[in-house]
Amino acid sequence: MLDNWLYIGLFIIVALFIPAVAVFLPRLIAPRKPNAIKQETYECGIETVGDAWVQFKVQYYIFALVFLVFDIELVFLFPWAVAFDKLPLFAVMEGVLFITILLVGLLYVWRKGALEWA
Amino acid sequence: MGDPINLISQWFTNLLLGWGLAENLVIVISLAIGAAIVATLGMITVIALIWVERKIAGRLQDRLGPNRAGPYGLLQPFADMIKIFTKEITTPDGADKVAFNIAPVLAMASVLLIWAVIPFAATVVGTNINVGVLYIVAVGSFGVIAVLMAGWSSNNKFALLGAFRAVAQMVSYEVPMVIALLVPVLLARSMGMNDIVAAQTPWFIILAPLAALIFLITSMAEVGRAPFDLIEAESEIVAGFHTEYSGMGFGMFYVSEFLHVWTIGALIATFFLGGWSGPGAENLPILGILYFYIKTFIGYFVITWIRLSLPRVRIDQLLAFNWKFLTPLALVVLIVTAIVDKSLEMVGVERWAYALIMLAANLLIGWATVLILKAIEPARARQRVEFEPRPVAVAPKPTDN
Amino acid sequence: MSDVEILFLIIAVVTLLAALFVVTTPNLVHAALWLILTLFGVAATFVLLNATFLAVVQVVVYIGAIAVLMIFAIMLTRRVMKDSGPQTNANWGWAALLGLTLFAGLTFVLINSGAADASLPALAADVDPLVQLGQELVSPNAYVIPFELASVLLLAAMIGAIAVAWKE
Repeated sequence: MLDNWLYIGLFIIVALFIPAVAVFLPRLIAPRKPNAIKQETYECGIETVGDAWVQFKVQYYIFALVFLVFDIELVFLFPWAVAFDKLPLFAVMEGVLFITILLVGLLYVWRKGALEWA
Repeated sequence: MGDPINLISQWFTNLLLGWGLAENLVIVISLAIGAAIVATLGMITVIALIWVERKIAGRLQDRLGPNRAGPYGLLQPFADMIKIFTKEITTPDGADKVAFNIAPVLAMASVLLIWAVIPFAATVVGTNINVGVLYIVAVGSFGVIAVLMAGWSSNNKFALLGAFRAVAQMVSYEVPMVIALLVPVLLARSMGMNDIVAAQTPWFIILAPLAALIFLITSMAEVGRAPFDLIEAESEIVAGFHTEYSGMGFGMFYVSEFLHVWTIGALIATFFLGGWSGPGAENLPILGILYFYIKTFIGYFVITWIRLSLPRVRIDQLLAFNWKFLTPLALVVLIVTAIVDKSLEMVGVERWAYALIMLAANLLIGWATVLILKAIEPARARQRVEFEPRPVAVAPKPTDN
Repeated sequence: MSDVEILFLIIAVVTLLAALFVVTTPNLVHAALWLILTLFGVAATFVLLNATFLAVVQVVVYIGAIAVLMIFAIMLTRRVMKDSGPQTNANWGWAALLGLTLFAGLTFVLINSGAADASLPALAADVDPLVQLGQELVSPNAYVIPFELASVLLLAAMIGAIAVAWKE
C-alpha cells in the first residue's frame, strides 16, 4: 500500500526536478544582457500606468465560491460511487437526494442572477 | 517473453540486490528510475507532438506545415528546442523572483504527475492506487496554483487579469469534469485506473457517451485551448498569465500545454475507450501499450481538430455554457446512470442488455436536451443584443465631375 | 527509527516551518502560498497514516478550492504587490505563551491518555476501506443523516455567501 505512495512521492520529486533543470539550464548557456527598457513591464510598447493591481469584478470571487461548495459535495460522492455494488436501493436514493439538493442550489444561484457575467 | 518491461525491471532489481544493497533501498531506486523513465517519456513525447500538431494544423488549414528543417520538417522541433534553450531569460522589474521561477516548474509538474497513475498495459502500471481518479483531480489543482503564481508574480496587470480569467475558467469547468468522472467510477465501482480499464466490457463510451462528451469539452477548457483560449486572448490581455515569460520559462508553459492535451487523450482512452484493452492485450503487454497509444492519439487528434476548427468564445458565453448547460446536464446524467444501473442490477439482466439500456438512456437524455434547447431558443434570441448595422466602408458616391 | 518515522519527521518539520512562515511573512500572497505548502504537508501526513482518501481530498478541497478562494479574496481586496504592515504587535509574547501553554496541555493530555502509545488499528484486509466508507456514509445505521445534513449545510453556506457578496 505505502509502496504505491512511495512511487508517487518519488514521482513528485522527479516531476519537479526535470522541469527545474530545464528552467535552470538556459541560465548557463543563454546570453544575459539586462537593461532598463528590457526589464520594463510589457504592455505591447505602451508605458505602464499605475501598478499591476486593478479593480477586479466580484464575479470571479462568486464563481470560485460556488465552485468550492460543489467541489466539497462532489468529493463526498466518490465513496458512494465506489461502494455502489454493496448499496441497497435506499442508499442509492440517498445519494440521488444528495445530488438533487446540489441541483437545487445551482438553480437558486442561477435564478438569483449570480451566474450572469454582465 | 511477452512482458519485456517487467522482465527488465526484475533483472535490474536482482542485479542491485546482488550488489548487496539493502532491500528497501533497491525498492526506492527502482521506483525512482521507473518514475524518471515515465516522466522523461512524457517530455520526449512533446517533442514529437510539436511536429505532429503543426503538421495537422497545416493540413487542416490548407497549408504545408513545417517542411524545411530535415525531411518533412522532422527536425523542426529540435530547431525550436535549440532556439528556446539559448534565449535570454528576462525577469521584469518588480517581479517576485522566487514565485516567478517556481510557477513554470509547478505547471509542468502538475501535468507530468498525472502519468504516475496511467496504466500503459495490463502489467505496466506506475501504480494502481485506490483513489486514482481523485488523485488526477488533486494534481490538477497544482496547475491552478501555478497559473495564479505566474500571473501574480509577473507584476503586470495583463498577466494578473489573464491569471484571474484562467483560474475562473479552470475551477468552473472542474465541476462538470468531476461529475463526468464520477460516471466511469460508478460504472467500474472503483477509482483505481487499472480497475476502470479492466471493467470496460463494453467500453464506457457506449455505456456513457454523454459523460465522455462532457469530459472531452471540460478538459479542453481546463487546458485553455481554442475555443476556450480566451485566457490568452492576445487582442485583450496580451498573452495572459505568461505575458512576462521568455525563453525556457515560457517554454515550460508551452510544453506543459502540449503534454496536457496528450494527457487528456490518454485519460479519455483510459476512462472511456478501454485503455490498453484489445484483442490479445491481456497476454501480450506490448500490444496493450500499442492499443493505448493508438487510442490516446485518437483523443488527441479530436481535440486538435476542434481547436483548429472553432473560433474563440466570449467569457460570458464560456461561463454560461459551463454553469447553465454542462453542470446541470452532467448532474442529470449522473442521477440517471445511478438509478438505471441499480434498477438493472435488481432486475438482473445480461451484460449486453445492460449496455443497450444504458446507451438508450444516454440517447434519451441527449434527445431531451436538444428538445429543451429548441424550446427555449426564442427566449434566448430575445436576450441577444442587436446592434444597428454600422457601415464601415461605404463606397463613395460617384460624382459628376 | 523506522523509515516511515524518518519520513514523518521530515514532513512534520517542513509543514511546521511552512506554517511558521504563513504567520511571519509580511506579504499576504506569500502567506497564502506558504499555507498551500502547509496543507500539502498535512496531506502527506494523511498518506503516512494510510488515510489516502483523506489525503487526496485534502489536496482537492483545501489546495484546489479553499486556497484558490483565499488568493482570490486577497487579490480582490488588497493592493497585492505591496507588503502589509509589521506582522507583530505589542502582545505577541503573550500570544506565543498562550500557544505554547495550549500545546503543552494537549501533549500532556495525549501522553496521559495513552493515545500516544497506541498503535493504529489494522484495516480489514479483504475489504477496500473506500468501499466501507461509501457504505457507512449512506447507511441508515451510520452516517446518512450527517451526510444529507452536510449537503443542506453547504447549500445554506452557498446561499448565505451569495446573499452577502452579490448585490443586484
